[in-house]
Amino acid sequence: MHVPDGFFNAAVSVSAGAVAAAGVAVCLRGARRELDDRTAPMAGLVAAFIFAVQMLNFPVAAGTSGHLLGGALAAILVGPYTGVLCMAVVLLVQGVFFADGGLTALGINITIMGIVTVLVGWGVFRLVTQLVRGKGGVTIAAFLASLISVPAAALAFTLLFWIGGTAPIEVSAVAAAMGGVHVLIGIGEGLITAFTVGAVLAVRPDLVYGARGLASPLVLRGPDGVTTVEPAARPATAGHGVRPFLLGGVGLTLLLAGVVSFFASSSPDGLEAVAENKGFLDQATDHLMSWSPLGDYGEVGGIPVGVAGVVGVGIVLLVAGAVAYAARTRGHAPAAGDDQVKV
Amino acid sequence: MNSLEVSRLAYAYPDGTQALFGVDLTIGRGERVALLGPNGAGKTTLVMHLNGILTAGHGTVTVAGTPVRKDTLKEVRRRVGLVFQDPDDQLFMPTVRDDVAFGPANMGLTGEELERAVKGALERVGMLEAIDRPPHHLSFGQRRRVAVATVLAMEPEILVLDEPSSNLDPAARRELAEVLRSLDVTVLMVTHDLPYALELCERSLILSDGVIAADGPTRELLADTGLLAAHRLELPYGFAIPAPAEPA
Amino acid sequence: MGAGHHHQLYLPGASAVHRLPPQCKLLAAFAFAVVVVATPRERFWAFAAYALLLAAVAWAARVPPGHVLRRMAIELPFVLFAFLIPVIGLGERTTVLGLSLSVPGLWAAWNILAKATLGVVASILLAATTEPRVILLGAQRLRVPSLLVQIAMFMLRYLDVILDEMRRMRVARESRGFEARDVRQIPAVARSAGALFIRSYERGERVHLAMLSRGYSGRMPMLGEVSASAAQWGVALLLPVSALAVLGLSL
Repeated sequence: MHVPDGFFNAAVSVSAGAVAAAGVAVCLRGARRELDDRTAPMAGLVAAFIFAVQMLNFPVAAGTSGHLLGGALAAILVGPYTGVLCMAVVLLVQGVFFADGGLTALGINITIMGIVTVLVGWGVFRLVTQLVRGKGGVTIAAFLASLISVPAAALAFTLLFWIGGTAPIEVSAVAAAMGGVHVLIGIGEGLITAFTVGAVLAVRPDLVYGARGLASPLVLRGPDGVTTVEPAARPATAGHGVRPFLLGGVGLTLLLAGVVSFFASSSPDGLEAVAENKGFLDQATDHLMSWSPLGDYGEVGGIPVGVAGVVGVGIVLLVAGAVAYAARTRGHAPAAGDDQVKV
Repeated sequence: MNSLEVSRLAYAYPDGTQALFGVDLTIGRGERVALLGPNGAGKTTLVMHLNGILTAGHGTVTVAGTPVRKDTLKEVRRRVGLVFQDPDDQLFMPTVRDDVAFGPANMGLTGEELERAVKGALERVGMLEAIDRPPHHLSFGQRRRVAVATVLAMEPEILVLDEPSSNLDPAARRELAEVLRSLDVTVLMVTHDLPYALELCERSLILSDGVIAADGPTRELLADTGLLAAHRLELPYGFAIPAPAEPA
Repeated sequence: MGAGHHHQLYLPGASAVHRLPPQCKLLAAFAFAVVVVATPRERFWAFAAYALLLAAVAWAARVPPGHVLRRMAIELPFVLFAFLIPVIGLGERTTVLGLSLSVPGLWAAWNILAKATLGVVASILLAATTEPRVILLGAQRLRVPSLLVQIAMFMLRYLDVILDEMRRMRVARESRGFEARDVRQIPAVARSAGALFIRSYERGERVHLAMLSRGYSGRMPMLGEVSASAAQWGVALLLPVSALAVLGLSL
């Protein structure tokens, strides 16, 4: 899914870049809380792990194979903030060093494969672990989280494609194709993530960030201020995960909306330019997104360009916000529980 | 002044497992001492106290007269050079130069001074020609020597090596021994490679069940089969302690 | 992607391109990609001019065409996709060799192929003339947050170590008759991934201890400061500025 240069128009590339930068900035702050001065070495090693795991190809269906995205896996193992950082660094290195993913598409790739997969994966994970408790719950949650994170990324891709894709393909067709394949890939990703988390949980449960609520309260009895190599001695920080994420998400999305609409309204995208030149705009708009009032986000149905962009982005905001909010409200109960244990 | 003094050191992990039960040891300046002990004796736990990665639950650790406390950590970490067992853990920077420079740069060295420290340290372990290479391109033995250089660059009072001979082929083992013998710093070598201890260290300590169980000339300790057996230590098959040299 | 793979990214050399400070090259490559992406796709000769510019850079850097072509395999998946667009695309259709193709689809395919290829070649040239760690120094100079640079540095340092571990685990699996053929093998693959994570994480902890014992306090000492002169900036920015000039002429 590594998007190359030229696949999306400049407006979307630039605004996704702004979203990615802001998201990474939020996570840089958050990761310090998850790991403190161990952030750099730990996140670096986990990024190398994600890079290696992305090489695990698994068969999907009839001759196609998929590979892990790893966003949900990273979020569950090391926490959402560190997870985003790891994904961002992996994509950065792939783009700049391996030419895998375009330089101008870096923002898009980080947004789709880093931020969306982690946000959705972590949201679903928190939700499910509240419903199903214990180690079994963690494994089920890991499966569902990564299963859903992959089509969610495909959906985000489709959405960006709708806003600023350069290929004249019906968005519904893109959505169907991307969705179909990625549900299948998602099942593979879900299985691998669940088994991976299960395997780590069996040997070193303390290393699964998402399962920190399960740690026995015994570890809190150590003498004050002791720095140790014993990982279980870390304070459980799983409680305060999602709220800044939600706020960050809102901010980013508004930014995206603003930038997109600015660019979109100041210049029609390449396809439309050609369409106008060639005189087949009428024909094209009949097909492009004809089922939607947003049309090709031109002036279909009398809705001006900028507004269409904002509405499109608003939909992402709603979906991501709903997931994050649901996870946040449910996430508060165990945090309070942890406090009681400490007292 | 002694390089290292440990007195009544006890430590329990936060989960309640106690690893050290009152360790006493003193190492004079310039001595080369082996710390012997079976797996699980508390060797690594003890080593982690020497530069303040772990904080003593009870007792004190003093490095060249400076007690290990929170406010002395920076100074202590400069004076105690800890060489980890796996050189890949120790060499985390992209090139040998950056890696050797990491410690001195943290201590505030810059420019010419830093470059001198780096080159000097690499020279002492015979790895100067590898200065611009990435660590993962070196052989295992070379990486271990560079790991030694990374702490030598900080001009430590005492060099602490964790299992220095593990995974080395015979030639690399000999080369490292030559390097260690040529250094004029205090050395504490944690190992269960008894012949290597005998080769390099006059004096040995046996750490067993969290206390120092024996302290004496390496040759004498290793000749005492009953003592070794009591602490799960064994000489390799066919190895015998050579007859003592003629007393001069 | 083989494990030894990323050693071949960088081709040692002493050309003028190799000697440019990394921050100049990074910025130049990004700016070039932006100009390419911003170019309207019907300006064929502008794309030809961009390709010539890259060829000039490759020539100046003594990067052999074979190296660039081999590395370009990375964009194959999207090339295949691009070939599909005219077939499934919408709009006015035309017949080429008996195939009914969409005209806007052809335009889109051309657009993606041209821009993606130019972008990929620019990245390849950057990586071929700049060592990975030097690229990171450049990124640091360009004010990329230092924590991000550090994470990338640790990742690059340990990529080989981790890929080696992964290879050993695969050899261990396969030497016991394991073959990953279908879904039933996923648990075994995943258990290796779990073991790999534990090893990676524990190594991270040991590395952190090693850093602590050499005086690390959460801040990386600035190493290998690379400064760029105005002249060097000028040389590096020749690429995007020429591209911009081409774009300006084409409009």
